[in-house]
Amino acid sequence: MGIKYLNNPEKLWNLIAILGNGVGVTVQIFLLTLILSIPLGMLVATGRMSRRGWVSGPISVYIYIMRGTPLMLQILFIYFLLPTTGPISFDRFSAAILAFTINYAAYFAEIFRGGIQSIPPGQWEAGQVLGMKKAQVFFRVVLPQVCKRVLLPVTNEVITLVKDTALASTIAVTELMSLAKKHVSSSTSIEPYLIAMLIYLLMNGITEQVSRWLEKKLSYYQ
Amino acid sequence: MLKVINLEKQFDGLGVLKGISLEVRRGEVVAIIGRSGSGKSTLMRCVNNLEKADGGTILVDGQPLVKDGVYAPVKNQRSICLKMGYVFQNFNLFPHMSVLKNLTEAQHCVLKRPKAEAEKYARQLLKKVGLEDKEAAYPCQLSGGQQQRVAIARALAMDPELLCFDEPTSALDPLLTQEVLGVIRSLAKEKRTMVVVTHEMNFAREVADRVVFMEDGVIVADGTPQEVFDSEKVKAFIGLGD
Repeated sequence: MGIKYLNNPEKLWNLIAILGNGVGVTVQIFLLTLILSIPLGMLVATGRMSRRGWVSGPISVYIYIMRGTPLMLQILFIYFLLPTTGPISFDRFSAAILAFTINYAAYFAEIFRGGIQSIPPGQWEAGQVLGMKKAQVFFRVVLPQVCKRVLLPVTNEVITLVKDTALASTIAVTELMSLAKKHVSSSTSIEPYLIAMLIYLLMNGITEQVSRWLEKKLSYYQ
Repeated sequence: MLKVINLEKQFDGLGVLKGISLEVRRGEVVAIIGRSGSGKSTLMRCVNNLEKADGGTILVDGQPLVKDGVYAPVKNQRSICLKMGYVFQNFNLFPHMSVLKNLTEAQHCVLKRPKAEAEKYARQLLKKVGLEDKEAAYPCQLSGGQQQRVAIARALAMDPELLCFDEPTSALDPLLTQEVLGVIRSLAKEKRTMVVVTHEMNFAREVADRVVFMEDGVIVADGTPQEVFDSEKVKAFIGLGD
């Protein structure tokens, strides 16, 4: 494995441009998963806290399975197995999005549950004695405080998600990891991996900056 | 204004309120005193629907919150409880909202008051509790006494006909206690109907029209401050308490 790209600026830019296409797909997986799994996680957290056993029971099982099995296996399972048994079939990209979403929703749900339960009951009571409905107390009083409390654990998950998008390559979604792998094989050089690594690092650098900015923005109260 | 008849409440089979009957008339200030664990806070919480009673009746302005142990529909519960304001021992201000927003939030989302009107009223109330310069502050920037005064203003913003205090000064040091008691005193002068659960005996003696002494989930004395403080049981309590 010799140096094929780093000593040749033209080839290097070419490679970066090609991997850049993969970054587009990676970012799509990342954003779609976040947009879908955060609200779903909120819903799951609410269900998990339900006093009705027929709601909280199955949701606990769902969380157990999602956290207890490899994400890679879940992706494979959804892509290969579901279409053969169910009425719907998925293209690769949708299968990946579905797998990431239901997996991350389970993790987010537990973070949100922890956040919601850490809000003192006095906050609910204060809202209640002012005549607010439960939903009003939740959205106006509790949720804003939960957002601050879960910011750091959620950032952790988001950083993991940036890296986990690489697992979409197991079902040949042409994202960054797939393309890097492909060019490593075709060029017999390890440099595409190095570039991919730097790109993941850059993406998580941005994630951290956003988190830091949010943390600062939410630091106006204790 | 408030009528409690034969109210009962158990926690894990342990009787906390054993048939409490109490009436608060309009314009009256009632102080509830008694040892910790005597049920006075639980009584206050049941009246404000923060705990569910197991039996008995609570009438607010003639409307039943609970009648013979049967609660009104949730919607009615809310409208009935809106006639009452509640001030907590540990303030429970909303930490993520400025002082002004703490006062306007429920005016806006419950009473549907327009923003300008709600803010104008909030500022009047902040002036009344002596915090007109703190409207932009956040609760964490205030002393305990200031936080409690904001909490009182927040309760007043909903125009309650009856204001309930659950040990409003128990979390405060003596100096801060006085500034909060000062505010409650000024409200008493306005002839507001109030029920105050308190350990401040001097305050109860001086401000209350009536004092209720509770022990082990029952009311053992109910009368003018003079009558109650002269009764043997209360004398024994104060002797022990101090």
